[in-house]
Amino acid sequence: MAGEFGNPEVIEESVDILLIGGGMANCGAGYEIMRWIDAAKKDGHDLTVKLVDKAAMDRSGAVAQGLSAINTYIGPEQDPADYARMVSNDLMGITRDDLAYDLGRHVDESVHLFEEWGLPIWKLDENGERHDGSKGMTPLAEGGKPVRSGKWQIMINGESYKWIVAEAAKKALGTENIEERIFIVKLINDKNDPSRVAGAIGFSTRNHTVHVYKAKAILLAAGGCVNIFRPRSVGEGTGRAWYPVWNAGSTYAMAAEAGAELTLMENRFVPTRFKDGYGPVGAWFLLFKAKATNAFGEVYMERNKEMLDDYPPYGHAAVPASCLRNHLMLKEMKEGRGPIYMDTVTALANLRETLSPREVKHLEAEAWEDFLDMCVGQCGIWVGENIEPEKKNSELMPTEPYLLGSHSGCCGIWVSGPTDVGAPTDETEAGVPDHLPKGWNWGYRSMTTVNGLFTAGDGVGASGHKFSSGSHAEGRMCAKSMVKYCIDNKDFTPEFDTSVEDLVAEIYQPVKTYLEFKDYTTAIDVNPNYITPKMLQFRLQKIMDEYVAGVATYYTTNEKMLAVAEEKLEMLKEDAAKMRAKDLHELLRAWENYHRILTAEAHMKHIQFREESRYPGFYYRADKNFVDEENWKCFVNSIYDKNTRKWTCFKRAHKDLVDKSKLFK
Amino acid sequence: MPTFVRTDKCDGCKGQDKTACMYICPHDLMKLDKDGSDTGHAMKAYNQEPEQCWECYSCVKICPQQAIECRHYADVVPLGGSVQPLRGTDSIMWTIKFRNGVMKRFKFPIRTTPEGSIDPYGGKPEADMSKIEDNGFFVECNGYRAGDPSELICK
Repeated sequence: MAGEFGNPEVIEESVDILLIGGGMANCGAGYEIMRWIDAAKKDGHDLTVKLVDKAAMDRSGAVAQGLSAINTYIGPEQDPADYARMVSNDLMGITRDDLAYDLGRHVDESVHLFEEWGLPIWKLDENGERHDGSKGMTPLAEGGKPVRSGKWQIMINGESYKWIVAEAAKKALGTENIEERIFIVKLINDKNDPSRVAGAIGFSTRNHTVHVYKAKAILLAAGGCVNIFRPRSVGEGTGRAWYPVWNAGSTYAMAAEAGAELTLMENRFVPTRFKDGYGPVGAWFLLFKAKATNAFGEVYMERNKEMLDDYPPYGHAAVPASCLRNHLMLKEMKEGRGPIYMDTVTALANLRETLSPREVKHLEAEAWEDFLDMCVGQCGIWVGENIEPEKKNSELMPTEPYLLGSHSGCCGIWVSGPTDVGAPTDETEAGVPDHLPKGWNWGYRSMTTVNGLFTAGDGVGASGHKFSSGSHAEGRMCAKSMVKYCIDNKDFTPEFDTSVEDLVAEIYQPVKTYLEFKDYTTAIDVNPNYITPKMLQFRLQKIMDEYVAGVATYYTTNEKMLAVAEEKLEMLKEDAAKMRAKDLHELLRAWENYHRILTAEAHMKHIQFREESRYPGFYYRADKNFVDEENWKCFVNSIYDKNTRKWTCFKRAHKDLVDKSKLFK
Repeated sequence: MPTFVRTDKCDGCKGQDKTACMYICPHDLMKLDKDGSDTGHAMKAYNQEPEQCWECYSCVKICPQQAIECRHYADVVPLGGSVQPLRGTDSIMWTIKFRNGVMKRFKFPIRTTPEGSIDPYGGKPEADMSKIEDNGFFVECNGYRAGDPSELICK
C-alpha cells in the first residue's frame, strides 16, 4: 500500500542500533561497527544496524563540498595533551580535557585510513618542497611528512573527501542497511524508563511514508546549527552560509526533547572569513603567511594587542583564542577603520622571494584550490569582482553566528568520557538535577545522559576542534560503545512512551493544516490559519539578530534584550504548531525550522544564565561585559522538559586534567 | 551562485526514476518537473529553492549531461563571471572566467585509488571482543598516540 500526500504509509522497523545522519561521524561509526558486530555474532549476539540520512551519503554533512585541509592531525611529534591545551585556550578555558585528550589519541587512526582509501594528502619531500597528494609519496602511516598549514592542520586535495569516506562506510555497512532521504524528526523515549531512548521517527522526502524505528542504541550525529541568525546576505545569498545550510540544529533539538543534558549552548562561532563568499582563511594566514589589516594597512592584531591583556590568560597564548582575535578586529570596524582586508598581495609577493621556481608555479594554483576544494562560492565572488589575489586584496568579515561543536565552537551534548585520564567522578557544583550523573563518565564512552543515546561530531559539547577527522574518529568510538551497550542490555525490549498513531499525526500536522485551509485564501502563502516555514525562519532570524547578539548589534545583548527575545521565542514556538507544508520538501523545511527554534531557545537561555561575557568577539553581554573567572569558570548545562516545554539551566564544575600553564611559558 | 539547469542540455536523466541532481543535492533543492507544470519545461530538472543553495556544486559535478552551471548570487555578485568544473575519476578540471574576461584553468587530483575500489576490511584483522572497552579501534593503523602519562595531572 503506497501512501498519499496527507495520508502516509507507516513503516515500522526494529533494529538494535540506529545511526541518524550520514556525515563524517556516522561514516566513522558505520565503518567501525560492522567489525564489532561480526565479532559479537561469534559470541552469540546477533545485532542489527541501520543508517538513515536526510540526504545522500556521497555528499552529505559538513564535508559534502570537500575540504582543502584536515584540521586535526596530531602527528607522531605532538602529544594529545598539547592538543587538549590548544582546544581549551581557544575556547576560553572551559572544555572537557578528557574528551579532547581522548580524541587526540585516536584521530590520526582515521586520517591514516583516509589516505589508504585514496584521499590525496600533500607531502613534503626531503628538500622541504611540497607536492600534491597524487605523487605516490610515502604515506603518513609509514612516516611520510605532511604539509602543515598550521600546528594541527595538514593540506589535502580534498574535493572528493566525503565521497571517499562515504564509499568505505557504505561498503562496510552494506546498502541494505542504509536508507537515504529519510529525515528523522523525533526521538522516542521508553515507556517504562523515561531516561532511556527507545527509537526514532521521521519521514521520507521522496515518498509518502513515515518511518518508525525501534532501537536499543542510537547514534544521533546530524550536525550543528545554521541560519538561526539573520544572515548578512538575505537574497539568493542566504544560501551562502559559512557552515552547511542544511545543518538545522536537529542534533541538539532532538536530544534535548529526549531529555539529554546539553552543555555550553551559550557558545557560538563567528568565523572571520572572506567577505560574502565565506571562503576559508586558514591557509592564507598559516600557509601563505598573510596578515589581516584595517583599511589603512595597519595590522589590527598588533595595533590593538593591549586589548588581549584584558583577558588573561587566554589572550596571552602564542595563538590567542579565536573570539579575542575577532574582538580586536571589531574595534577597527566599530571605530570606522574598515573595511578589513586580507593582504594577499604582500603575502604572495613575499612567498615568491623564498620559494623555488617550481613552487612559485604551484603557488597560484594552491591559492585557488583552497577555495575550489571547499568553497567554490568564494571563487564566484573573486571572478565577479575581478579579484586576482596577487593583484588585489580581499575583504574579510565576521559572519553571522553559528552553533556547532566540532569546529572552533563547543556547544552540544554532555557525554560520558574516558575513564583512564583522571576525570572527576563527582560533582562539586550545587543545583545539578538529581537524576543526572555526577562525574564525567558513566559507563559508555560518548553516551549522553539518556541511556542508549550516543552522539559524535558536532553533537559532542565542551570539546571542539575535532573537525572532519575527529568527527570520524568520535563516530568510531561510539560504534564500540553501542555494541557493548547492546550486549549488556540484550534483554531490554524498547517500548514507545507515545503511540505511533499520535507521532505520525504530529509529524504530518503541517500537511494536514495546509490541506484543511489552503482554499480559504486566493494566494496560498498568505493565510491567517498557517505560517510558511520560510516566514517562520525569517521571524526566528529577526529575533535572534536583533535581541540575541547578531550582526545588527555587533554581537551585543543584555538582560533586558534577552527578556524580550524570550517572550518572542515563546510565541514563535507556539506558532510553529501552525506551520504548513504544501509538499514533502516544505515538510522537511518545517521540521528543520522547528529544530532551529529549540536550538535558538537553548542558546538564548544559556546566554541569559551565564552572567558574564565569556567569548568577547563572539558575543557581548553589555550588562556583564567581563570574564568572571571566580564565578563563571564552569560549564553551563541544561535540560529540557518536552511536556512543560521549559528549560532548566545549571552549573557544573570545571577541572583541568592537563596543565594549561604550559601554554603561557 | 545558485545553480541553474540549461534547457538545451538537461534530458531529465531519462529512463531513471530520479535525476542525478535530485539524488545528490544535500539540501533537497533539485526537482524534476515531470509535466512541465512548474517551469514550462517538461522532464527537466530545476533548482526549486535557489536562495537555499550553498553552491556546493554537487549537482554541477554529477550531472551526466553537464547541464548544470552556476550564476553567482545576484544580490551580491556582479554578473559575467563563471566557475565551471569537469570532474573525472581521478582529477577535476576547473575553467574560471572573470567578469573582465581573464581566464584561468586548473586541474587538481581528487583521489589516488580507482572509484569504487575501496575494500574496507581487506587485509584488516577481525575485532577482538576482549578489547571492546580498551582504547583504540578494531584495526591499528600506526596512528594511535598514547601520550606522555605525566601530562595527566589528575591521574
